[in-house]
Amino acid sequence: MADLTTDFLGIKSPNPFWLASAPPTDKEYNVRRAFEAGWGGVVWKTLGAEGPPVVNVNGPRYGAIWGADRRLLGLNNIELITDRPLEVNLDEIKRVKKDYPDRAVVVSLMVPCEEEAWKDILLRVMDTGADGIELNFGCPHGMAERGMGSAVGQVPEYIEMVTRWCKENYDKPVIVKLTPNITDIRHPARAAKAGGADAVSLINTINSIVSVDLDIMAPNPTIGDKGTHGGYCGPAVKPIALNMVAEIARDPQTHGLPISAIGGVTTWRDAAEFMALGAGNVQVCTAAMTYGFRVVEEMISGLSQWMDEKGHTSTADFIGMAVPNVTDWQYLNLNYVAKAKIDEDACIKCGRCYAACEDTSHQAIAMSEDRVFSVKDEECVACNLCVNVCPVEGCITMEPMAAGTVDPRTDKVVEEDYANWTTHPNNPSVQAAE
Amino acid sequence: MATSHQASGVQAGRLSADQIAENFSDLHAPFDAHEAAVAADRCYFCYDAPCMTACPTDIDIPMFIREIQAGHPEAAARTILNQNILGGMCARVCPTETLCEEVCVRETAEGKPVEIGRLQRYATDTLMAQGVHPFERAESTGKTIAVVGAGPAGLSAAHRLAMLGHDVVIYEPKPKSGGLNEFGIASYKSTDNFAAREVDWLLQIGGITIQHGQGLGSGLTLEGLKAEHDAVFLSIGLAGVNALRAEGEDKDGVRDAVDFIAELRQADDLTALPVGRNVVVIGGGMTAVDAAVQSKLLGAENVTIAYRRGREAMGASRFEQDLAASKGVKLMFNVQPVAVHGNGAAAEIELEYTASEDGKLSGTGETVRVTADQVFKAIGQTLEGAPEGLELEGRKIRVSDSGRTSVDGVWAGGDCASGGEDLTVTAVAEGRDAAMDIHASLTG
Repeated sequence: MADLTTDFLGIKSPNPFWLASAPPTDKEYNVRRAFEAGWGGVVWKTLGAEGPPVVNVNGPRYGAIWGADRRLLGLNNIELITDRPLEVNLDEIKRVKKDYPDRAVVVSLMVPCEEEAWKDILLRVMDTGADGIELNFGCPHGMAERGMGSAVGQVPEYIEMVTRWCKENYDKPVIVKLTPNITDIRHPARAAKAGGADAVSLINTINSIVSVDLDIMAPNPTIGDKGTHGGYCGPAVKPIALNMVAEIARDPQTHGLPISAIGGVTTWRDAAEFMALGAGNVQVCTAAMTYGFRVVEEMISGLSQWMDEKGHTSTADFIGMAVPNVTDWQYLNLNYVAKAKIDEDACIKCGRCYAACEDTSHQAIAMSEDRVFSVKDEECVACNLCVNVCPVEGCITMEPMAAGTVDPRTDKVVEEDYANWTTHPNNPSVQAAE
Repeated sequence: MATSHQASGVQAGRLSADQIAENFSDLHAPFDAHEAAVAADRCYFCYDAPCMTACPTDIDIPMFIREIQAGHPEAAARTILNQNILGGMCARVCPTETLCEEVCVRETAEGKPVEIGRLQRYATDTLMAQGVHPFERAESTGKTIAVVGAGPAGLSAAHRLAMLGHDVVIYEPKPKSGGLNEFGIASYKSTDNFAAREVDWLLQIGGITIQHGQGLGSGLTLEGLKAEHDAVFLSIGLAGVNALRAEGEDKDGVRDAVDFIAELRQADDLTALPVGRNVVVIGGGMTAVDAAVQSKLLGAENVTIAYRRGREAMGASRFEQDLAASKGVKLMFNVQPVAVHGNGAAAEIELEYTASEDGKLSGTGETVRVTADQVFKAIGQTLEGAPEGLELEGRKIRVSDSGRTSVDGVWAGGDCASGGEDLTVTAVAEGRDAAMDIHASLTG
């Protein structure tokens, strides 16, 4: 069985599955249960500055979208940082870390953008024996209105400044948690690096309204007769998170900066994908909140089995393996030609490929009287829509054309050599350069 | 008197009222909203969907299921009822396993079709529970149309004609409307008096009057109807029952399955309905299964369906066969009745094994006797009481695709008319299509 032990910034954990800073890590009680269930580490729910704690709403904090059978696909929340006294949290962190020395305990922090405030909290965190800190520059609701959370994360200069304060006043790893509520994730990541961050973690939740109650005409979740935007997470956000992780992993300015990936990790596969895109570990919240802490067992066994199958002996073997294969559109090989192929034996004759192609794409699928569906190679641009709408996995495949054969759509010979947009004759900048 | 499975003869009260109630409860419990959402989510919204093609009434099945998915079962009901005004009953009694669900692509893929029938019921029940009738009559055309027979074909034609602005008079010899929906069909498929409730709901369209106790041969003639109305639609069903042509057929305890079912359907108290200890049903269609299963549910100890051909030739679907088997009904194949024995009342039935050569059936000479204090004949119904002058095809009234008979101004549909299977859904389609043709011919 593969060794899942992970070393992230020198913080060791028995597996790469950490619980993200969120409700599941708000209290000693929960965190102990998580560690007993097998989680490799936790990022303790965000602590605020000394003084009266924040208060939460007393109505619903969460909203969700579901599949037909109530499978939870996306969750949003309007919960703030911990609403428990700072001292209570610090005491609990200290006790838990002492009892679980082999697990990662990182403390999430969010205090006003003043150096003294940060210095003060850092001193107190140091005393807990926690393994590191995570700067919450991500929360998009509530705290942002008070100049914290994503209000900081949206200004690269602030990120750099606060990160630097922390690095100067704290001797253990500093992870900067990024908000996805920006236009280009590379800028905040670069700022974190410039400030000396040991790692970034992302994504925090995405600003969202999950649904509108059409009877009371207010967004869900509704507090009385009003609602507000909340932070969106869960399986639905994974593609967005994957891209942001990849952007940072392949950006020359941040390449190599350790990443703790967050965003819809629900199974081992999600974790493997994030790690392939450069994440050193993953943080999980929604899956645990949906199914309870035991889900980590599947993540551990699944990742381990996959690593065995692939011959990976440690997580370091495959971290970042997919990064070189993430490129810009302009570098994609325009000489690569594929055609859809329908396996008639597997086909159940629903005709979704036909409807999709005929109505919304390239009219490249023929339908016979007796519902036999076939691809018209002379029309097919290999867009993959038919594959995506087909209910039978593997029934429609994209078959690359061999070099030297003629593409019946263009009547051109498929070239062996790679050629991309940068050299394409239709590219105006190529012509301009001539 | 203590009765039970074992009490001999044809007796009432074999089971307690509670057992009877449980036995005759809904065959398929209705979906609740969540079950419907999950079931609906399985639909792939096929292009030119096979289910729709398989439906005799051409219901836009993918669309109504999508409307359920989107949280509007009422809209789904309208989509259904647009094509099939008896969509509520059809959801209950259609042999979906040989129609829409048989060709569902998920049946092909997984052997588990989208549960179209139950979804249709969910939609139509939702709408009907709201007491909503979603159709309105067009402006009056001043025409009146006679419909003979208030079964599925007649009701379907009447509703469509009324909707198009015609006035309709339905003549129904029986004291209640609904035809086989009311008097045929197993009770557990139409619980809570659904057939009658559906008729009441259908009549909300207005413009339809029903004259009970009147039919062809009982006060009416085709000539008279033609003279009084602008068009006539005949939906008189198949009133005759085929004879066994077996010795002893006249003994006590031998009766037509359709009569037994009708009596059962109309009974106020099923514990008072007598049934034999050892029941043999002769036949292989839905009526045979309905009679056999209900005998068992009434408490008969042994119930046997004796069918003269093999399983594959049986008119009842495999689902119906399995339903019968699951209720404890024994299925005998390749046997035909030769005699009913007994001293005045049936005690045994003698069956002869059959062999089929090139589709032609003959007895092998070998016989077997089965204890039977009650024998139900379910070997098919025949046209009876059709007016003179109408051309027949086979043993039914010959009609065109749009339901025209050989007589001008007279249309026919349902079981009495040629073409199509003898199913509620087919009757509804024929009634609807004839109505459209009547409308076209009266207004064109």
